[in-house]
Amino acid sequence: MSRIAPPLILVFLLLAGWEIACRAMQVPAYFLPPPSAVAVALKDNFPVLLKASVTTLSTAVIALVVASVIAQALAIATALSPLIDRAIRPLASVVQVTPVVAIAPLLLIWAGLDHPERALVALAVLVAFFPIFSGAAAGLRSADPDLERLFALYGAGRWQTVLRLRLPSAVPFLLEGHKVGAGLALIGAVVAEFGAGSGKVQGLAWQMLDAGNKLQTARMIAALVVLGAMGVALHALLEAAERVGLKWWRGR
Amino acid sequence: MTVAALENVEVDYASGRVLGPVSLGVEAGECVALVGPSGCGKSTALRLLAGLEGPTRGRVTRAAGRGETAVVFQAPTLAPWLSARANVALPLELSGVGKGEALSRADAALARVGLAGAEAKRPAQLSGGMAMRVSLARAMVTEPRLLLLDEPFAALDEITRRTLADDVLSLWSASKPAIVFVTHNVEEAVYMASRVVVMTKGPGRIGAEFPVAGPIPRPEQFRTTPAFRATAEAVSEALAQGIAA
Repeated sequence: MSRIAPPLILVFLLLAGWEIACRAMQVPAYFLPPPSAVAVALKDNFPVLLKASVTTLSTAVIALVVASVIAQALAIATALSPLIDRAIRPLASVVQVTPVVAIAPLLLIWAGLDHPERALVALAVLVAFFPIFSGAAAGLRSADPDLERLFALYGAGRWQTVLRLRLPSAVPFLLEGHKVGAGLALIGAVVAEFGAGSGKVQGLAWQMLDAGNKLQTARMIAALVVLGAMGVALHALLEAAERVGLKWWRGR
Repeated sequence: MTVAALENVEVDYASGRVLGPVSLGVEAGECVALVGPSGCGKSTALRLLAGLEGPTRGRVTRAAGRGETAVVFQAPTLAPWLSARANVALPLELSGVGKGEALSRADAALARVGLAGAEAKRPAQLSGGMAMRVSLARAMVTEPRLLLLDEPFAALDEITRRTLADDVLSLWSASKPAIVFVTHNVEEAVYMASRVVVMTKGPGRIGAEFPVAGPIPRPEQFRTTPAFRATAEAVSEALAQGIAA
């Protein structure tokens, strides 16, 4: 109770202040609608917003899965060969520092006007890739050096060492990397939707763009609220997954 | 029969020479204790005997092949994601033994170190002494001809280390691998070993050797016999001289 009460009280006070200020100063609704108007917009548009959030979430989830597969495969390749490691690392950093909005137009051309959803997934993959890759690469190097010596002593081959020692040793790093990567995949999906600005994929960001163009500011904020709630839920889910995963890994 | 030997071996690191020249032969069925101050190259000598490292100069001969050598480190060095049983079965599985046979041999090895009933536990659920026993079981499960222990009990309390010393000796008397173990503890060295090798440092060399008479496994009273005391004092003296020199 004491953990939940203070933030709830604060949120209530902020909302109340916002509502009172809007009414007292007669702020125009297209500029800043009061929370009550946002609540009404949320209720009226709920089916549309729900559908839009499913669209955005599925972009993020597909991107997370694709990024996970590519990042782990590349990380294993770097673990198997120092040459591949030296070749891949700088390129991975380039992917990390390139802003997703800057690549969006290019990817939209490549994906083709008929398939903007592919470009959106690709953009979200780019954002989610790096934390998973760097987590996996670090994790694959985190095995106990004495265990590595034992594996050498018992004549384990390179693949055996990767599959039976390095990958299992990397599990805590992989869990952390996927947690960060999933959050970024969601952000990437939203940013990509903004970048695409296409009515073909009607996710949450498109709902905001559309509402903004029509000066339906309450609907815009309602979409933002849904987006925030989705982010919080996703984060909580991944935290729980990480806790369960670590507990399984450590055996307690 | 010599299981492994160092012949005029020298090891240089970037920081300078750490070991040598050293010659040391390990005969089948003997238990050799390496004692000496920190930095005298004891652990390096052990890694050479294991084949985990090569000498800068000199020759290392090993009659015991890769699969016939086992090492126990100072920490239990268990895989946290595997059960005690799977940890012990690992060396067998890596050398191509089928999973079923590996697991049943692992259970037997765990029973020999008194851990029957703890097979399914994970390392995090074991005490320090129990984890070290799992590590011993993993070393013995391959029935090695050469067993190397690098300060295996250093992190444990006195009672646990004495029990573990007896565990090692009873395992040793059952299958008679040649044992080389590194320790800081003179009494432990004299109690467990059939030969104590005192090393000096700067760079690491062999200062003196002391054969230890008496039956193995040791009866508990062995620690109070005059022979034990006399050998322990001689070893301590040699150590003190080595440090002073």
